Amino acid sequence: MSSVHHQEQDQLIEKYGYDDHFHEHHEGDKFQFNFLTKYIFSMDHKIIARQFLFTGIFWAIIGSAMSIIFRLQLGFPDASIAWLKPLLGKWIVLNDAGVGTLEPEFYYALVTMHGTIIVFFVLTAGLSGTFSNFLIPLQIGARDMASPFLNMLSYWFFFLSSVVMFYSLFLSTGPFSGGWTAYPPLSALPQASIGSGAGMTLWLVSLALFVVSVLLGGMNYITTVLNLRTKGMSLWRMPLTIWAFLVTAIIGLLSFPVLFSGFLLLIFDRSMGTSFYLSDIFVNGMALDRIGGSPILYQHIFWFLGHPEVYIIILPAMGIVSEVLSVHARKPIFGYRAMVYSILAIAFLSFIVWAHHMFMSGVNPFLSNFFVVFTLIIAVPSAVKVFNWISTLYGGNIRLNTPMLFCIGFISMFISGGLTGIFLGNSAIDIQQHDTYFVVAHFHIVMGVAAFFGMFAGVYNWFPKMFGRYMNDTLGKIHFWVTLIGAYAIFGPMHFLGMAGVPRRYYLFDKFDAFSGFDTMNKFITIAAIISFFAQIVFVINFFWSMYKGKRVTSQNPYGSNSLEWTTPIDAGHGNWPGKIPTVQRWSYDYGKDGIEFTQQHVPLREGETPSDH
Amino acid sequence: MSSEHTAQIHHSEGNHWNGASEPFKASYGKLMMWYFLLSDAFTFSAFLIAYGTLRFSMPTWPVPDFVFSGLPGGIHHKPLIFVTIMTFVLIASSVTMVRAVQEGHRENKKGVVFWMVLTILGGLGFLGCQAWEWTTLIGEEKMSITRNPFGTHTENGTYLDGDGHDIKAGDSFKAGQSYLIHYHDGQFHPLKFKTESGDVKTQQMGPKSFGALFFFITGFHGFHVFSGVLFLIIIALNVASGLYARRNNHYEMVEKIGLYWHFVDLVWVFVFLVFYLL
Repeated sequence: MSSVHHQEQDQLIEKYGYDDHFHEHHEGDKFQFNFLTKYIFSMDHKIIARQFLFTGIFWAIIGSAMSIIFRLQLGFPDASIAWLKPLLGKWIVLNDAGVGTLEPEFYYALVTMHGTIIVFFVLTAGLSGTFSNFLIPLQIGARDMASPFLNMLSYWFFFLSSVVMFYSLFLSTGPFSGGWTAYPPLSALPQASIGSGAGMTLWLVSLALFVVSVLLGGMNYITTVLNLRTKGMSLWRMPLTIWAFLVTAIIGLLSFPVLFSGFLLLIFDRSMGTSFYLSDIFVNGMALDRIGGSPILYQHIFWFLGHPEVYIIILPAMGIVSEVLSVHARKPIFGYRAMVYSILAIAFLSFIVWAHHMFMSGVNPFLSNFFVVFTLIIAVPSAVKVFNWISTLYGGNIRLNTPMLFCIGFISMFISGGLTGIFLGNSAIDIQQHDTYFVVAHFHIVMGVAAFFGMFAGVYNWFPKMFGRYMNDTLGKIHFWVTLIGAYAIFGPMHFLGMAGVPRRYYLFDKFDAFSGFDTMNKFITIAAIISFFAQIVFVINFFWSMYKGKRVTSQNPYGSNSLEWTTPIDAGHGNWPGKIPTVQRWSYDYGKDGIEFTQQHVPLREGETPSDH
Repeated sequence: MSSEHTAQIHHSEGNHWNGASEPFKASYGKLMMWYFLLSDAFTFSAFLIAYGTLRFSMPTWPVPDFVFSGLPGGIHHKPLIFVTIMTFVLIASSVTMVRAVQEGHRENKKGVVFWMVLTILGGLGFLGCQAWEWTTLIGEEKMSITRNPFGTHTENGTYLDGDGHDIKAGDSFKAGQSYLIHYHDGQFHPLKFKTESGDVKTQQMGPKSFGALFFFITGFHGFHVFSGVLFLIIIALNVASGLYARRNNHYEMVEKIGLYWHFVDLVWVFVFLVFYLL
């Protein structure tokens, strides 16, 4: 490899690539002539991807720190947390003995904000925003996104949304505290709780801006994948990452507008006195003059987004895992077409299962049957994917580096969490499990931890492409093992709590004899959570240290990977390729074909070679 | 920016899905407009589904023929005439939009400007009609997003007093007929009536969600028309300045705003259906 290989690559692009006269037009430099346009209001997809990543890391730290604070309350309700007073101020109340306790209202706010932040700001914007932006143009052979300007707007709407949400954390009445799903009437009546006032208003403003960001990003991703693929890059030659990002964007484009509608109606209920979601409300024994609405309507509208949203989170992770797994197992992905069809099937099914979140909301049991059936059918494409990943590993020449470990961890998490999904998808069993820690354990494993593992795999794998340096592999492995064991230690016991009926979102269990036997388990979970949190600090330190001090990347294609991002220079500038754009001659998973370890996508077919196109 | 990307695209022979081609034969800008409209269609669908959910959870709903029967100049009892005119103006503006796009394909700058101006006038006409309708409902009939004086009888019966407008004491009515509770001297004046079973009752206000949904959904649509008119004005000015003629792409920007305009018209057809016809 190294420099000889370099030159061969560049010669191939020179010979077979095509010239779009990109650099002759000085288009490459037009948008980045100073610091502000190059790094802040950048229209380069690679910079925008990094902006999404940094903002996502910022939110991930805040979101997970919040979970540690409420875990302290759950694990050690009697211990003093007066030491947090400098950070949380009036939300920690000191008694005469100097023992500090968390205000119950703020406990609810923490739980709410933890969910909102992790679901939307980290696992939607931070995951899909980062990798769709970074990989789509690089892997399909495009100079940039279809509309770099809208792409920039997409990030800045996200930024604005972040600022509003961050500001809401510092309100004197606290941020919104009615749960991340924002069900009315708690979310619709400012007098319902202290967090339902200004905190909820800012929450809605922030998420409305967030929807704009997602839509601008999504329109761009879809259009770019359809219109800007390089010559020869047919849909069936695309890496699975691109398939995943494309389908994710389509789901987002169809579901987020519905959430937007729901939020607009909610804003009217809050501020203009309408009653779209309100009926038969009593406050302090007085009936409110808010009749004729339906809180169930909000739940339908919310979960029409809410369910596809979990696939918006998990599909990019699946795409990243499929790609990284294949590269580091040095084998073509097993069942490429089946992988694509299962992504499409999951995307389709994701739109017709939303009411499985509402089995206990009073929906018609006949309706529930319909949603049970389709929910359980999702197990089929999911299982196809799992078996294909395992088959890809089977007999592979596996490199057990950090990205690969996180991929394997992802598969483990996805199986563990997927199995409990089959319990919850049955409306009869859900009657018992609904709103217990069983649900908390299920969705944290299957879409929380699993999606984070996909994201980590992506960060460790493409860090060299992003920053020209490697992340430290030893620290990465420590990060992986502590997180994997920690995650099972946190969420494993929660299944038992849930089966015993312990409800989620409760501040304290001292009033319930039935739940008093779980003190030790709650302590154990909290300690595991604290240890896992410190493992994430290791990741953050590794990330920023490696940006400046990591081992330099010396070859263009350090992993021997087939996809096009590794044909760009190590430090690719605006426009990605310095000269011509490579044309694609083959499928992206030609690993170990005809005894050759890997053949990059822009390499023409050898004489007598049968194309492995699918 | 468009030149940056059109440069990449040279139509490869054969299958358009093999890369370096536009599979739908549409530029990135036009595709993005389609995707935006698709997402906007979902936004409106959610509103209309909310409308259906709330309406069909109500025991009664005001009869549109009764509610929407006024015309400017104090003319009453002309069901749906005004909204027919309003709808016609909007649909006609879609026709003029088509002509503007067609003139764009013919590279006829003057024609584009002419038909776009007519489209803008159509849009403004529709907005004017909507303004009149809202003013009448809010100002005279005192409907608002939290209040709805349009009720509906659930039983047959006879009025015991008159309202000084159309109803006199002794008039009979049938179940399913709507009524308006008149507002004067600072308050509503519901009428008393006697049902067939002999009970004496008073008119009740109609379902609040009728007012809320009407103003919310027609308002959201009106906002789309309003933004559309603004974009049409900007683009018409650009056409007149010769900007698009220099781009030499058959006035694609006019075509894109045309897509938006037709979409807004199409949405109105559904809004019209649910509020005025059903």
